[in-house]
Amino acid sequence: MWAFINKLRSPKWFYAISAKLQPFFWVAAAALILAGTVWGLAFAPADYQQGNSFRIIYVHVPAAFLAQSIFVSMAISGLVYMVWKIKVADMAATVMAPLGAAMTFVALFSGAVWGVPTWGTWWMWDARLTAMLILLFLYLGVIALRGAFTSRDSASRAASVLAMVGVINIPIIKYSVDWWYTLHQPATFTVTGRAAMPMEMWVPLLIMVLGFYSFFIALTLMRTRSEILRREGTKRWVQDLVTGQPEEKR
Amino acid sequence: MAFSSFAEFLAMGGHAPYVWSAWGVTALLILATVWHARVEQRQLLNGLKRRARREHARSTGGAQAPLNAARFTSVEGETRNDA
Repeated sequence: MWAFINKLRSPKWFYAISAKLQPFFWVAAAALILAGTVWGLAFAPADYQQGNSFRIIYVHVPAAFLAQSIFVSMAISGLVYMVWKIKVADMAATVMAPLGAAMTFVALFSGAVWGVPTWGTWWMWDARLTAMLILLFLYLGVIALRGAFTSRDSASRAASVLAMVGVINIPIIKYSVDWWYTLHQPATFTVTGRAAMPMEMWVPLLIMVLGFYSFFIALTLMRTRSEILRREGTKRWVQDLVTGQPEEKR
Repeated sequence: MAFSSFAEFLAMGGHAPYVWSAWGVTALLILATVWHARVEQRQLLNGLKRRARREHARSTGGAQAPLNAARFTSVEGETRNDA
């Protein structure tokens, strides 16, 4: 176990193992998102109340899931970095933030667009909507904070702390629809109990969610590798890697 | 199939602007993210390769001229091949 954790510390090891893992997640992401898109856009039946506008759910829900999961991943990475000083964790946290911000934006935008035909308004200071907007600001805050320090270690620690503190917003987003039931509908997915929609609508949504998660993993692996090159570029193993022989050429 | 024709599919039962803008923005952001990650990776690898070549040239005593010794020809310089 310790040997494994010690390996995790090593960017070199991560660089090698992520090269092997990456293709699977890219293929899974492409296949799942493609299948979910075709199914969700063309084959799933129209909603009897919302008509075809409900098809927005197939981008809205996966994006909202990622928006929250990425923040939790970022906070965990921050904790791992703070406690064990594992640099790769901080690199991963660095590259997660922009994707999380993008996904939060997608969730907010698609929700707003969806709200026009469904609720008759694109925005309301509903608890969940507001909490998601705060999430977007937290992401932007984490990104800005990283840029605000000249010392990398200070930047990493500040960003980690903000991520760990900001993660309190995630349960607020999750339970907002139960605590303050105003506008946004309750959860579509529940761990217990049956799905809140018919199978032929729900399965493509599940496929899309899995596709988005695969995409998140694939992109994080890829960009963490780039971040390793950026930070460890002067190390011997990186130089050996770029100048010649080894297996990694892309 | 939930639609009987392609035109009907595009129309989305009158909800076309909403459905397509939401999907469009999502697709655009995801593709832009992937494109950015690829460019980033290529640039970093190229930069490191360039530096390794430069360092190699310096350590082997200038078999290849170091970058700061490169000659640049200004527009009004002596070597005018384009005139």
